[in-house]
Amino acid sequence: MASFNVKINGEQKTVDVDPTTPLLWVLRDHLDLVGAKFGCGIAQCGACTVHLNGAAVRSCSLPISAVAEQDITTIEGLSKDGDHPLQKAWIDVDVAQCGYCQAGQIMNAAALLNNNQKPSNEEIEAAMSGNICRCGTYVRIKEAIKTAAKA
Amino acid sequence: MLIGFSWLTSCSALSTENEKLEVPNEWFKINGYIKIGDTGLVTIYNPNPEIGQNVMTSMPMIVAEELDVPWNHVLVEQGALDEDAFKNPQFAGGSLSILYGWDPLRMAGAAGKYMLIQAAANEWGVEASSLEAKQGIVSEINGKRSLGYGALASKAVNIEVPEELELKSPKDYTLLGSYQKNVEGSKIVTGKPLFGLDYKREGMLYAMIEHPPAFGMQIEDFNAEEIKVMDGIKDAFIIDTSMGQPQWSDVNAFNQLIAIVGDSTWQLMKAKKAIKANWKQVSPLESSAMHVERLAKDLEKGQVQQSRKDGNVEAAFANADQIIERTYTSPFMAHNTLEPMNFFAHVTDEKIEMVGPTQTPKALEDSLAQLFDMPIEKITVEMTRMGGGFGRRLYNHTGLEAAAISKKAGAPIKLIYTREDDMTQGTYRPPYRSTYKAGLDKEGNLIAFSSKGVGLPEGPIFPNRFPAGAVPNYLAEKIMSSTNISTGAWRAPRSHFTAGAEQQFLDEVAEVAGKDPIDFRMELFDRAINDPVGENLDYDAERYAGVLKLVKEKSNWGEEKPGVFRGVAAYFCHQSYVAQVMDLVIENNKPRIQKVWCAVDCGIVVNREGAINIIQGGVVDGVGHAMYSELTFENGESVNKNFNTYKLIRHNQAPKEIEVFFVENEINPTGLGEPGLPPAVGALANALYKASGKRLYDQPYSQQPELSLG
Repeated sequence: MASFNVKINGEQKTVDVDPTTPLLWVLRDHLDLVGAKFGCGIAQCGACTVHLNGAAVRSCSLPISAVAEQDITTIEGLSKDGDHPLQKAWIDVDVAQCGYCQAGQIMNAAALLNNNQKPSNEEIEAAMSGNICRCGTYVRIKEAIKTAAKA
Repeated sequence: MLIGFSWLTSCSALSTENEKLEVPNEWFKINGYIKIGDTGLVTIYNPNPEIGQNVMTSMPMIVAEELDVPWNHVLVEQGALDEDAFKNPQFAGGSLSILYGWDPLRMAGAAGKYMLIQAAANEWGVEASSLEAKQGIVSEINGKRSLGYGALASKAVNIEVPEELELKSPKDYTLLGSYQKNVEGSKIVTGKPLFGLDYKREGMLYAMIEHPPAFGMQIEDFNAEEIKVMDGIKDAFIIDTSMGQPQWSDVNAFNQLIAIVGDSTWQLMKAKKAIKANWKQVSPLESSAMHVERLAKDLEKGQVQQSRKDGNVEAAFANADQIIERTYTSPFMAHNTLEPMNFFAHVTDEKIEMVGPTQTPKALEDSLAQLFDMPIEKITVEMTRMGGGFGRRLYNHTGLEAAAISKKAGAPIKLIYTREDDMTQGTYRPPYRSTYKAGLDKEGNLIAFSSKGVGLPEGPIFPNRFPAGAVPNYLAEKIMSSTNISTGAWRAPRSHFTAGAEQQFLDEVAEVAGKDPIDFRMELFDRAINDPVGENLDYDAERYAGVLKLVKEKSNWGEEKPGVFRGVAAYFCHQSYVAQVMDLVIENNKPRIQKVWCAVDCGIVVNREGAINIIQGGVVDGVGHAMYSELTFENGESVNKNFNTYKLIRHNQAPKEIEVFFVENEINPTGLGEPGLPPAVGALANALYKASGKRLYDQPYSQQPELSLG
């Protein structure tokens, strides 16, 4: 076990965990931030996506020891009142079916829009293909990203 | 820290609306579905498990329509397991929630409205017949007085309701048929704890299991003492969830499992890797190659379990001008709900408390009662939102395992499966093999048709479905086989395969007959409508033809576009009818679906937004699994263990556009969770044929050498 100071959603937190613990489980088990989901544990599905210094990362495969004091943003911290353009667009387009993957989809899309404010369909597809939606809401995910990009 | 599921967080459902009602000081229970606050805010309980089929929005909408309350005055909460209060079977399966719930939900709303009108009549000393209730207000039909539901709620409690109530005529619906958004949308996009995997309780420990590495093996012993001393590990033992009289929902791969209990998920994941166990073989270790052989053999020689015979098939084939015979197959597949199997359990000598994802909460309760010899009254099952179901959570073994672990550990625990546990210990979609045969006369009329199918274990044949009734000489035979690998219902069981095989076959037969594939099907429907062959047909030929006609019109069928390859299919299952036309293009030497048109007849459309969404999802699911997914076994072990080797459809492989149209009618509604999926397989295969010039008989299509588009 070791003590880690982490900066999550702008707040400093201290956790005492095994250094190999993936960020996902630090968030979920130790910090009660359950928005990032467990889907595969091997960075293949994207359900656990969070931001590390603004870039999308798969938190299931990122040990806490590698995070150090870099800025982590989770879906809970993407906006103060759930009003990030993507969150609003996700509701407007009524994207979710089961909803389990959607926090990861939104975090991945937010990182895309950080770098590319007006992505083309092809760019959206390329950026979003690491995130599985088992319910098959891909058509709506794309529409929501385009809606948010226009906002 | 306690993460609750309080109703107050549901208020966000109202935040996007203009009108906001105050949070009530007092709530009044009207009936099992309805609670009304003194400000007029109404809580409607969703009876059924939410797996993404959107019943949490659609079922309360039906109650709200009859109660006649504005939708933005309604909060929705997940109901508790109480089938007496809901007068409705509380499960998610077979696309049955709307079909079964239609009457009880409407009655609950109408009863509430009756009580509120009666309360106003009592208050004013007038006849109830002189009053009406609309949009949350009771008023005099020929007078000036009116009162809101909030003001009447306390007086409506316990008013007796007659057994028969007048329900609205569909033409008077204001809410049903409209576009309403998922009531949990804002919680989903802000990452609130909704799912079983998110559930936590003070003092809760985590648990994981390790199952035998292969079907046909059993645990002997393991290094429990070494595991117990690892960091964060509290206990390690073997559990056994064998039951004297298991129900259908108790299908599982293994009764005996290694269980480890600890402080955190990651510590358990590490401990799981350190398990050294001795396993023994108790039955044959099966491989995919064996399954292929077994299916081929049993399709030839297996015993027919169910059949239908019209006319004289042998004579008709003997007289046929042309005979076409084709065999279709599909492999094992896993459900892969994105939220892996999990359950919270707290078992003491006095009670059993369960919280988690199950499509069959009542069945879980019953099995717990049996396994622990505990009266039902002492068992509670709380339903969480589910990260997918697809049939996987019809099977309750994870809940039973969680309970067994909690009892042995003497603590509240949450059992979590890793993806590998989930994928390699499934209640899988079985592999199938079917042969179809058609006989055409000189004019290209279909005079004989036969189908014969086998699966592990159940054959994928529905003897009384189309084209039964449309062909004078018809034979359908369903054959059983066997396996020691656990199998079960997977979204649109057997229909997902049958639709693909049958709709491809009819496409090929139409081509041989020199007919347009839609015209060919229409001729068959004409026969089934005007002069049906035999009796006991499962389907309504007019509604079937109706969706095909609608999709033909919407897709502008017949229009030729260079570089665009079109396929069509129509299928009936779970009491709904769906026809699809798919346009496929070749991009970077790979097939890509450009657009899908779906025509749906599910009777009355409850929530148009949710209905469109679930049909779109069904198309993607159908295309994805037929194209990419396959679970392979070697020596009883699933070779595919995670998403690196088990392929699920990705964003850049999904159809680019899916448009959904409904046949508008006033027929009682039927479900949509499953019917959108099966025809997608047929439409895909038929479009792939147009693109490649090759018919594809074996799934997954992307793995077939015939699909060479270069």
